[in-house]
Amino acid sequence: MARAEIAARTLRTDRWWLPPLTTFVGLLLISIYAAFRTFQGDFYWVDQYHYLTPMYSPCLTEECIPAASHFGRWFPALPGFLTPPVIIIPFLLGFRITCYYYRKAYYRAAWASPPACAVAEPHSKYTGETRFPLIAQNLHRYFFYAASLLLLINIYDAVLAFGTGVGLGNIILLVNVGLLAAYTLSCHSCRHIAGGRLKHFSKHPVRYWMWTQISKLNNRHMLLAWTSLIFVCLTDLYVALVASGTISDLRFIN
Amino acid sequence: MSYQGKFRVWRGDDSGGGLEDFTVEVNEGEVVLDIIHRLQATQAPDLAVRWNCKAGKCGSCSAEINGRPRLLCMTRMSVFDESETITVTPMRTFPIIRDLVTDVSFNYTKAREVPSFAPPKDLAPGEYRMQQVDVERSQEFRKCIECFLCQNTCHVVRDHEENKEAFSGPRFLMRVAELEMHPLDTADRVDQAQDDHGLGYCNITKCCSEVCPEHIHITDNALIPMKERVADRKYDPIVWLGNKLFKRS
Repeated sequence: MARAEIAARTLRTDRWWLPPLTTFVGLLLISIYAAFRTFQGDFYWVDQYHYLTPMYSPCLTEECIPAASHFGRWFPALPGFLTPPVIIIPFLLGFRITCYYYRKAYYRAAWASPPACAVAEPHSKYTGETRFPLIAQNLHRYFFYAASLLLLINIYDAVLAFGTGVGLGNIILLVNVGLLAAYTLSCHSCRHIAGGRLKHFSKHPVRYWMWTQISKLNNRHMLLAWTSLIFVCLTDLYVALVASGTISDLRFIN
Repeated sequence: MSYQGKFRVWRGDDSGGGLEDFTVEVNEGEVVLDIIHRLQATQAPDLAVRWNCKAGKCGSCSAEINGRPRLLCMTRMSVFDESETITVTPMRTFPIIRDLVTDVSFNYTKAREVPSFAPPKDLAPGEYRMQQVDVERSQEFRKCIECFLCQNTCHVVRDHEENKEAFSGPRFLMRVAELEMHPLDTADRVDQAQDDHGLGYCNITKCCSEVCPEHIHITDNALIPMKERVADRKYDPIVWLGNKLFKRS
Protein backbone atom coordinates (compact mmCIF):
# COMPACT_ATOMS: atom_id res chain seq x y z
CA MET A 1 0.00 0.00 0.00
CA ALA A 2 1.15 3.54 -0.74
CA ARG A 3 1.02 6.69 1.30
CA ALA A 4 -1.63 9.35 0.68
CA GLU A 5 -0.79 11.29 -2.45
CA ILE A 6 0.14 14.73 -1.12
CA ALA A 7 2.70 16.59 -3.20
CA ALA A 8 3.25 19.63 -0.96
CA ARG A 9 6.40 19.54 1.18
CA THR A 10 4.27 20.72 4.08
CA LEU A 11 0.73 21.94 4.59
CA ARG A 12 1.65 23.97 7.64
CA THR A 13 0.20 27.47 7.50
CA ASP A 14 2.03 28.97 10.48
CA ARG A 15 5.43 30.67 10.26
CA TRP A 16 7.34 27.41 10.83
CA TRP A 17 10.43 28.87 9.17
CA LEU A 18 10.84 31.63 11.75
CA PRO A 19 12.37 29.65 14.69
CA PRO A 20 15.05 27.91 12.55
CA LEU A 21 15.86 31.20 10.81
CA THR A 22 16.18 33.03 14.15
CA THR A 23 18.38 30.24 15.50
CA PHE A 24 20.56 30.28 12.39
CA VAL A 25 21.06 34.05 12.48
CA GLY A 26 21.74 33.98 16.25
CA LEU A 27 24.32 31.21 16.00
CA LEU A 28 25.95 32.83 12.97
CA LEU A 29 26.33 36.22 14.66
CA ILE A 30 27.76 34.66 17.82
CA SER A 31 30.17 32.52 15.78
CA ILE A 32 31.41 35.57 13.86
CA TYR A 33 31.93 37.53 17.08
CA ALA A 34 33.67 34.58 18.81
CA ALA A 35 35.95 33.98 15.81
CA PHE A 36 36.88 37.68 15.61
CA ARG A 37 37.71 37.88 19.32
CA THR A 38 39.60 34.58 19.29
CA PHE A 39 41.90 35.67 16.50
CA GLN A 40 42.20 39.28 17.65
CA GLY A 41 44.63 38.13 20.34
CA ASP A 42 44.35 41.36 22.34
CA PHE A 43 42.23 43.22 24.94
CA TYR A 44 41.53 40.15 27.04
CA TRP A 45 43.05 41.31 30.32
CA VAL A 46 42.42 44.43 32.41
CA ASP A 47 45.55 44.72 34.52
CA GLN A 48 44.18 47.39 36.85
CA TYR A 49 41.17 45.32 37.99
CA HIS A 50 42.35 41.79 37.13
CA TYR A 51 39.51 41.13 34.71
CA LEU A 52 40.21 38.21 32.40
CA THR A 53 37.71 37.43 29.67
CA PRO A 54 36.35 33.87 29.84
CA MET A 55 37.26 33.38 26.17
CA TYR A 56 40.96 33.51 27.07
CA SER A 57 40.84 31.59 30.32
CA PRO A 58 43.06 29.79 31.08
CA CYS A 59 45.72 31.59 29.05
CA LEU A 60 48.41 28.95 28.62
CA THR A 61 50.85 30.00 25.89
CA GLU A 62 54.05 32.09 25.84
CA GLU A 63 52.38 35.08 24.20
CA CYS A 64 49.91 35.44 27.12
CA ILE A 65 50.31 38.46 29.36
CA PRO A 66 52.09 36.95 32.42
CA ALA A 67 49.59 38.41 34.92
CA ALA A 68 46.70 36.90 32.94
CA SER A 69 48.21 33.42 33.05
CA HIS A 70 46.88 32.31 36.42
CA PHE A 71 48.04 28.74 35.85
CA GLY A 72 51.33 29.35 34.07
CA ARG A 73 52.34 29.45 30.41
CA TRP A 74 52.71 25.79 29.59
CA PHE A 75 52.90 26.00 25.82
CA PRO A 76 55.30 27.83 23.50
CA ALA A 77 54.14 30.80 21.44
CA LEU A 78 51.75 29.66 18.72
CA PRO A 79 52.74 30.16 15.09
CA GLY A 80 51.05 32.46 12.57
CA PHE A 81 47.59 33.73 13.24
CA LEU A 82 46.95 31.30 16.11
CA THR A 83 46.17 32.84 19.49
CA PRO A 84 46.01 31.45 23.07
CA PRO A 85 42.26 30.56 23.00
CA VAL A 86 42.81 27.93 20.29
CA ILE A 87 44.07 25.64 23.08
CA ILE A 88 40.77 25.75 25.01
CA ILE A 89 38.19 26.63 22.35
CA PRO A 90 37.97 23.03 20.99
CA PHE A 91 36.76 21.85 24.40
CA LEU A 92 34.25 24.67 24.87
CA LEU A 93 33.06 24.37 21.28
CA GLY A 94 32.92 20.57 21.59
CA PHE A 95 30.74 20.86 24.67
CA ARG A 96 28.28 23.20 22.93
CA ILE A 97 28.31 21.37 19.58
CA THR A 98 27.58 17.97 21.12
CA CYS A 99 25.02 19.41 23.59
CA TYR A 100 21.62 17.82 23.12
CA TYR A 101 19.93 21.22 22.87
CA TYR A 102 22.34 22.68 20.32
CA ARG A 103 22.10 19.50 18.27
CA LYS A 104 18.38 20.06 17.94
CA ALA A 105 19.00 23.74 17.15
CA TYR A 106 21.55 23.32 14.37
CA TYR A 107 20.13 20.11 12.90
CA ARG A 108 16.98 22.11 12.34
CA ALA A 109 18.42 25.53 11.55
CA ALA A 110 21.59 24.74 9.62
CA TRP A 111 21.02 21.27 8.19
CA ALA A 112 17.20 21.31 7.78
CA SER A 113 16.99 17.79 9.14
CA PRO A 114 14.12 18.55 9.59
CA PRO A 115 13.70 22.35 9.36
CA ALA A 116 10.55 22.08 11.49
CA CYS A 117 8.17 19.33 12.58
CA ALA A 118 6.12 17.89 9.72
CA VAL A 119 8.14 19.84 7.13
CA ALA A 120 9.95 17.52 4.75
CA GLU A 121 13.73 17.68 4.81
CA PRO A 122 15.55 18.21 1.52
CA HIS A 123 17.98 15.29 1.90
CA SER A 124 17.39 12.08 -0.01
CA LYS A 125 19.24 9.87 2.48
CA TYR A 126 19.41 9.94 6.27
CA THR A 127 21.52 7.89 8.66
CA GLY A 128 21.34 10.16 11.71
CA GLU A 129 23.96 9.61 14.35
CA THR A 130 24.71 6.03 13.37
CA ARG A 131 28.02 6.62 11.59
CA PHE A 132 31.02 8.94 11.34
CA PRO A 133 31.15 11.90 11.82
CA LEU A 134 27.87 12.30 13.72
CA ILE A 135 28.47 9.19 15.82
CA ALA A 136 31.01 11.39 17.65
CA GLN A 137 28.06 13.21 19.26
CA ASN A 138 28.19 10.35 21.76
CA LEU A 139 31.33 11.94 23.24
CA HIS A 140 29.27 14.71 24.81
CA ARG A 141 30.02 13.69 28.38
CA TYR A 142 33.79 13.92 27.88
CA PHE A 143 33.37 17.48 26.69
CA PHE A 144 31.15 17.95 29.75
CA TYR A 145 34.05 16.92 32.00
CA ALA A 146 36.42 19.30 30.18
CA ALA A 147 33.91 22.16 30.27
CA SER A 148 33.36 21.60 34.01
CA LEU A 149 37.09 21.98 34.60
CA LEU A 150 37.17 25.18 32.54
CA LEU A 151 34.15 26.43 34.50
CA LEU A 152 36.06 25.97 37.76
CA ILE A 153 38.90 28.03 36.27
CA ASN A 154 36.42 30.75 35.23
CA ILE A 155 35.05 30.79 38.80
CA TYR A 156 38.61 31.13 40.13
CA ASP A 157 39.23 34.08 37.75
CA ALA A 158 36.00 35.78 38.82
CA VAL A 159 36.83 35.40 42.52
CA LEU A 160 40.42 36.56 41.98
CA ALA A 161 39.20 39.78 40.37
CA PHE A 162 37.57 40.79 43.67
CA GLY A 163 41.12 41.27 45.07
CA THR A 164 41.24 44.76 43.57
CA GLY A 165 37.83 45.95 44.81
CA VAL A 166 34.36 45.75 43.32
CA GLY A 167 33.28 47.18 40.01
CA LEU A 168 30.65 46.51 37.36
CA GLY A 169 33.14 44.15 35.71
CA ASN A 170 33.20 41.98 38.84
CA ILE A 171 29.41 41.72 38.81
CA ILE A 172 29.45 40.83 35.10
CA LEU A 173 32.12 38.14 35.62
CA LEU A 174 30.13 36.73 38.55
CA VAL A 175 26.82 36.60 36.65
CA ASN A 176 28.69 35.01 33.74
CA VAL A 177 30.07 32.13 35.82
CA GLY A 178 26.64 31.74 37.47
CA LEU A 179 25.01 31.29 34.05
CA LEU A 180 27.79 29.01 32.82
CA ALA A 181 27.46 26.89 35.97
CA ALA A 182 23.68 26.65 35.54
CA TYR A 183 24.06 25.66 31.88
CA THR A 184 26.75 23.06 32.67
CA LEU A 185 24.79 21.56 35.57
CA SER A 186 21.59 21.42 33.51
CA CYS A 187 23.34 19.29 30.86
CA HIS A 188 21.71 15.95 30.03
CA SER A 189 25.00 14.13 30.63
CA CYS A 190 25.30 15.70 34.07
CA ARG A 191 21.71 14.60 34.80
CA HIS A 192 22.59 11.08 33.70
CA ILE A 193 25.79 10.90 35.74
CA ALA A 194 24.15 12.39 38.84
CA GLY A 195 21.41 9.77 39.02
CA GLY A 196 19.74 9.19 35.66
CA ARG A 197 21.78 6.05 35.01
CA LEU A 198 20.30 4.32 38.07
CA LYS A 199 17.58 1.72 37.74
CA HIS A 200 16.76 1.88 41.42
CA PHE A 201 16.18 5.42 42.70
CA SER A 202 14.88 4.23 46.09
CA LYS A 203 18.22 2.59 46.89
CA HIS A 204 20.18 5.82 46.26
CA PRO A 205 18.27 8.67 47.95
CA VAL A 206 21.10 11.22 47.70
CA ARG A 207 21.68 10.63 44.01
CA TYR A 208 17.90 10.63 43.45
CA TRP A 209 17.72 14.04 45.15
CA MET A 210 20.57 15.31 42.96
CA TRP A 211 18.79 13.96 39.88
CA THR A 212 15.54 15.73 40.79
CA GLN A 213 17.36 19.05 41.32
CA ILE A 214 19.30 18.76 38.07
CA SER A 215 16.10 17.73 36.29
CA LYS A 216 14.55 21.07 37.34
CA LEU A 217 17.48 22.90 35.76
CA ASN A 218 17.42 20.55 32.78
CA ASN A 219 13.86 21.70 31.98
CA ARG A 220 15.39 25.12 31.25
CA HIS A 221 18.38 23.80 29.31
CA MET A 222 17.51 25.69 26.12
CA LEU A 223 17.05 28.97 27.98
CA LEU A 224 20.32 28.47 29.86
CA ALA A 225 22.14 27.49 26.65
CA TRP A 226 21.20 30.78 25.00
CA THR A 227 21.55 33.10 27.99
CA SER A 228 24.95 31.68 28.97
CA LEU A 229 26.20 31.88 25.36
CA ILE A 230 25.05 35.45 24.85
CA PHE A 231 26.33 36.51 28.27
CA VAL A 232 29.81 35.07 27.60
CA CYS A 233 29.97 37.31 24.54
CA LEU A 234 28.71 40.33 26.51
CA THR A 235 31.25 39.63 29.27
CA ASP A 236 34.02 39.39 26.72
CA LEU A 237 32.84 42.60 25.04
CA TYR A 238 32.83 44.44 28.37
CA VAL A 239 36.35 43.25 29.24
CA ALA A 240 37.55 44.14 25.72
CA LEU A 241 36.07 47.64 25.94
CA VAL A 242 37.64 48.28 29.36
CA ALA A 243 40.96 46.70 28.35
CA SER A 244 41.17 48.82 25.20
CA GLY A 245 40.36 52.00 27.15
CA THR A 246 37.14 52.58 25.16
CA ILE A 247 35.13 52.76 28.40
CA SER A 248 36.18 52.86 32.02
CA ASP A 249 34.93 50.38 34.59
CA LEU A 250 32.19 51.58 36.92
CA ARG A 251 33.70 51.12 40.39
CA PHE A 252 31.67 50.59 43.55
CA ILE A 253 34.48 49.82 46.03
CA ASN A 254 38.12 50.48 45.24
CA MET B 1 -22.28 31.63 17.53
CA SER B 2 -22.29 29.61 14.34
CA TYR B 3 -20.49 30.29 11.11
CA GLN B 4 -19.81 28.56 7.81
CA GLY B 5 -16.23 27.25 7.98
CA LYS B 6 -14.06 26.46 4.96
CA PHE B 7 -12.40 23.05 4.93
CA ARG B 8 -10.12 21.11 2.60
CA VAL B 9 -10.19 17.40 3.31
CA TRP B 10 -8.00 14.78 1.65
CA ARG B 11 -10.10 12.12 -0.04
CA GLY B 12 -8.87 9.07 -1.82
CA ASP B 13 -7.11 5.77 -1.33
CA ASP B 14 -3.83 4.09 -2.30
CA SER B 15 -4.61 4.47 -5.99
CA GLY B 16 -4.72 8.27 -5.70
CA GLY B 17 -6.64 11.16 -4.28
CA GLY B 18 -6.53 14.83 -3.46
CA LEU B 19 -7.86 17.71 -1.38
CA GLU B 20 -11.57 18.49 -1.72
CA ASP B 21 -13.18 21.75 -0.61
CA PHE B 22 -16.19 21.85 1.69
CA THR B 23 -18.12 24.50 3.56
CA VAL B 24 -19.44 23.18 6.86
CA GLU B 25 -21.32 24.76 9.77
CA VAL B 26 -19.18 25.36 12.87
CA ASN B 27 -20.73 25.91 16.30
CA GLU B 28 -19.26 27.30 19.49
CA GLY B 29 -17.28 24.79 21.56
CA GLU B 30 -16.74 22.30 18.73
CA VAL B 31 -13.59 20.40 17.84
CA VAL B 32 -12.37 19.41 14.37
CA LEU B 33 -13.78 15.89 14.78
CA ASP B 34 -17.28 17.41 15.24
CA ILE B 35 -16.89 19.11 11.88
CA ILE B 36 -15.71 15.91 10.20
CA HIS B 37 -18.76 14.13 11.64
CA ARG B 38 -21.06 16.91 10.38
CA LEU B 39 -19.40 16.65 6.98
CA GLN B 40 -20.09 12.90 7.02
CA ALA B 41 -23.70 13.45 8.08
CA THR B 42 -24.55 16.18 5.58
CA GLN B 43 -22.29 16.11 2.51
CA ALA B 44 -19.91 13.13 2.34
CA PRO B 45 -21.53 10.04 3.87
CA ASP B 46 -18.72 7.81 2.61
CA LEU B 47 -15.93 9.87 4.21
CA ALA B 48 -13.70 7.48 6.18
CA VAL B 49 -12.41 8.59 9.57
CA ARG B 50 -11.18 6.50 12.49
CA TRP B 51 -12.38 7.64 15.91
CA ASN B 52 -13.60 6.26 19.18
CA CYS B 53 -13.58 8.05 22.54
CA LYS B 54 -13.69 11.73 21.47
CA ALA B 55 -11.87 12.51 24.71
CA GLY B 56 -8.19 12.31 23.73
CA LYS B 57 -7.67 8.96 25.37
CA CYS B 58 -8.08 6.27 22.72
CA GLY B 59 -5.56 7.67 20.22
CA SER B 60 -7.71 6.75 17.21
CA CYS B 61 -8.38 10.06 15.47
CA SER B 62 -4.79 11.04 14.69
CA ALA B 63 -4.50 13.12 11.54
CA GLU B 64 -2.88 16.31 10.30
CA ILE B 65 -4.64 19.63 10.65
CA ASN B 66 -3.14 22.50 8.65
CA GLY B 67 -0.12 20.23 8.22
CA ARG B 68 0.41 19.63 11.95
CA PRO B 69 0.00 16.14 13.43
CA ARG B 70 -2.84 16.33 15.96
CA LEU B 71 -5.81 14.49 17.40
CA LEU B 72 -9.00 15.56 15.60
CA CYS B 73 -10.94 15.34 18.87
CA MET B 74 -8.55 17.54 20.85
CA THR B 75 -8.22 20.38 18.36
CA ARG B 76 -10.69 23.10 19.16
CA MET B 77 -12.19 25.09 16.32
CA SER B 78 -11.73 28.23 18.44
CA VAL B 79 -7.97 28.17 17.75
CA PHE B 80 -8.64 29.02 14.10
CA ASP B 81 -9.85 32.25 12.49
CA GLU B 82 -13.37 32.06 11.08
CA SER B 83 -12.02 33.11 7.69
CA GLU B 84 -9.28 30.48 7.69
CA THR B 85 -9.43 27.43 5.41
CA ILE B 86 -8.65 24.38 7.52
CA THR B 87 -6.88 21.51 5.82
CA VAL B 88 -7.38 18.00 7.19
CA THR B 89 -5.18 15.22 5.84
CA PRO B 90 -4.30 11.67 6.93
CA MET B 91 -1.01 10.90 8.70
CA ARG B 92 1.69 10.99 6.03
CA THR B 93 4.06 8.37 7.38
CA PHE B 94 1.71 5.39 7.12
CA PRO B 95 0.08 3.78 4.08
CA ILE B 96 -3.35 5.14 3.25
CA ILE B 97 -6.43 2.94 3.49
CA ARG B 98 -9.04 5.55 2.62
CA ASP B 99 -9.61 9.29 3.22
CA LEU B 100 -8.38 10.04 6.74
CA VAL B 101 -7.71 6.43 7.72
CA THR B 102 -4.18 5.02 7.53
CA ASP B 103 -2.75 1.57 8.10
CA VAL B 104 -0.74 1.83 11.32
CA SER B 105 0.32 -1.82 11.43
CA PHE B 106 4.00 -0.73 11.16
CA ASN B 107 3.65 0.22 14.83
CA TYR B 108 2.25 -3.16 15.84
CA THR B 109 5.15 -4.89 14.11
CA LYS B 110 7.61 -2.68 15.97
CA ALA B 111 5.78 -3.26 19.28
CA ARG B 112 6.19 -7.02 18.87
CA GLU B 113 9.92 -6.59 18.35
CA VAL B 114 10.40 -5.23 21.89
CA PRO B 115 11.08 -8.17 24.25
CA SER B 116 8.66 -8.15 27.17
CA PHE B 117 9.43 -7.36 30.81
CA ALA B 118 11.95 -9.83 32.24
CA PRO B 119 11.94 -9.98 36.07
CA PRO B 120 14.53 -12.11 37.90
CA LYS B 121 13.70 -15.79 37.46
CA ASP B 122 13.97 -16.54 41.18
CA LEU B 123 11.64 -13.74 42.29
CA ALA B 124 8.39 -15.06 43.74
CA PRO B 125 5.12 -13.14 43.21
CA GLY B 126 4.60 -10.59 45.99
CA GLU B 127 8.19 -10.79 47.17
CA TYR B 128 9.18 -7.36 45.90
CA ARG B 129 7.52 -4.08 46.85
CA MET B 130 8.18 -1.29 44.38
CA GLN B 131 8.76 2.17 45.86
CA GLN B 132 6.88 5.22 44.59
CA VAL B 133 10.05 6.99 43.33
CA ASP B 134 10.84 3.98 41.16
CA VAL B 135 7.28 3.79 39.84
CA GLU B 136 7.03 7.47 38.94
CA ARG B 137 9.71 7.42 36.30
CA SER B 138 8.07 4.86 34.06
CA GLN B 139 4.56 6.07 34.91
CA GLU B 140 5.15 9.06 32.66
CA PHE B 141 5.72 6.71 29.72
CA ARG B 142 2.60 4.71 30.61
CA LYS B 143 0.49 7.77 29.82
CA CYS B 144 1.05 6.99 26.12
CA ILE B 145 -2.28 6.51 24.32
CA GLU B 146 -0.62 5.06 21.21
CA CYS B 147 -1.99 7.66 18.85
CA PHE B 148 1.29 7.27 16.90
CA LEU B 149 1.53 11.00 16.24
CA CYS B 150 5.17 10.83 17.41
CA GLN B 151 5.86 8.02 14.95
CA ASN B 152 4.13 10.00 12.23
CA THR B 153 6.03 13.23 12.79
CA CYS B 154 9.48 11.68 13.24
CA HIS B 155 11.40 12.68 10.11
CA VAL B 156 13.55 9.52 10.29
CA VAL B 157 10.64 7.51 8.88
CA ARG B 158 8.35 10.29 7.67
CA ASP B 159 10.90 11.50 5.11
CA HIS B 160 12.74 8.21 4.61
CA GLU B 161 10.53 5.18 4.07
CA GLU B 162 13.67 3.03 3.77
CA ASN B 163 14.50 3.62 7.46
CA LYS B 164 11.34 1.88 8.67
CA GLU B 165 13.06 -1.46 8.88
CA ALA B 166 15.95 -0.27 11.06
CA PHE B 167 14.17 2.34 13.19
CA SER B 168 11.42 1.57 15.68
CA GLY B 169 10.47 5.20 16.26
CA PRO B 170 10.08 7.27 19.43
CA ARG B 171 7.09 5.39 20.78
CA PHE B 172 8.89 2.05 20.94
CA LEU B 173 12.26 3.46 21.97
CA MET B 174 10.31 4.96 24.85
CA ARG B 175 8.95 1.50 25.62
CA VAL B 176 12.52 0.16 25.65
CA ALA B 177 13.51 3.00 28.01
CA GLU B 178 10.55 2.24 30.28
CA LEU B 179 11.68 -1.37 30.62
CA GLU B 180 15.36 -0.42 30.96
CA MET B 181 14.51 1.92 33.85
CA HIS B 182 12.44 -0.70 35.65
CA PRO B 183 14.31 -1.81 38.82
CA LEU B 184 13.48 -5.47 38.23
CA ASP B 185 14.06 -5.81 34.52
CA THR B 186 17.02 -8.07 33.78
CA ALA B 187 17.10 -7.95 29.97
CA ASP B 188 19.89 -6.10 28.18
CA ARG B 189 17.98 -3.19 26.68
CA VAL B 190 20.94 -0.92 25.92
CA ASP B 191 22.45 -2.88 23.04
CA GLN B 192 18.95 -3.69 21.84
CA ALA B 193 18.05 -0.01 21.67
CA GLN B 194 21.09 0.83 19.57
CA ASP B 195 21.42 -2.29 17.42
CA ASP B 196 17.86 -3.56 17.01
CA HIS B 197 15.70 -0.46 17.37
CA GLY B 198 17.89 2.15 15.66
CA LEU B 199 18.36 4.64 18.51
CA GLY B 200 21.34 6.11 16.62
CA TYR B 201 18.99 7.35 13.89
CA CYS B 202 17.34 9.73 16.35
CA ASN B 203 18.89 13.20 16.08
CA ILE B 204 16.85 14.49 19.03
CA THR B 205 15.08 17.26 17.13
CA LYS B 206 12.20 16.78 19.57
CA CYS B 207 9.27 16.70 17.16
CA CYS B 208 7.95 13.61 18.96
CA SER B 209 7.74 15.56 22.24
CA GLU B 210 6.24 18.56 20.44
CA VAL B 211 3.26 16.63 19.05
CA CYS B 212 2.56 14.31 22.00
CA PRO B 213 -1.03 14.95 23.15
CA GLU B 214 -0.16 13.51 26.58
CA HIS B 215 2.79 15.93 26.89
CA ILE B 216 5.23 13.10 27.62
CA HIS B 217 8.84 14.34 27.57
CA ILE B 218 9.79 11.59 25.14
CA THR B 219 13.13 13.08 24.13
CA ASP B 220 14.36 14.38 27.47
CA ASN B 221 13.16 11.53 29.66
CA ALA B 222 13.36 8.49 27.38
CA LEU B 223 15.47 8.96 24.25
CA ILE B 224 18.34 11.04 25.67
CA PRO B 225 18.68 8.86 28.81
CA MET B 226 18.85 5.84 26.50
CA LYS B 227 21.49 7.57 24.35
CA GLU B 228 23.46 8.27 27.53
CA ARG B 229 23.23 4.62 28.55
CA VAL B 230 24.43 3.58 25.11
CA ALA B 231 27.31 6.08 25.47
CA ASP B 232 28.14 4.45 28.85
CA ARG B 233 28.31 1.07 27.16
CA LYS B 234 29.60 1.65 23.66
CA TYR B 235 31.28 5.04 23.27
CA ASP B 236 33.15 5.49 26.51
CA PRO B 237 36.80 5.76 25.40
CA ILE B 238 38.01 4.85 28.88
CA VAL B 239 35.94 1.66 28.95
CA TRP B 240 37.00 0.91 25.36
CA LEU B 241 40.67 1.32 26.27
CA GLY B 242 40.23 -0.88 29.34
CA ASN B 243 38.57 -3.56 27.22
CA LYS B 244 41.40 -3.45 24.69
CA LEU B 245 44.16 -3.48 27.31
CA PHE B 246 42.69 -6.25 29.40
CA LYS B 247 41.17 -8.15 26.46
CA ARG B 248 37.66 -8.03 27.90
CA SER B 249 34.84 -8.80 25.53
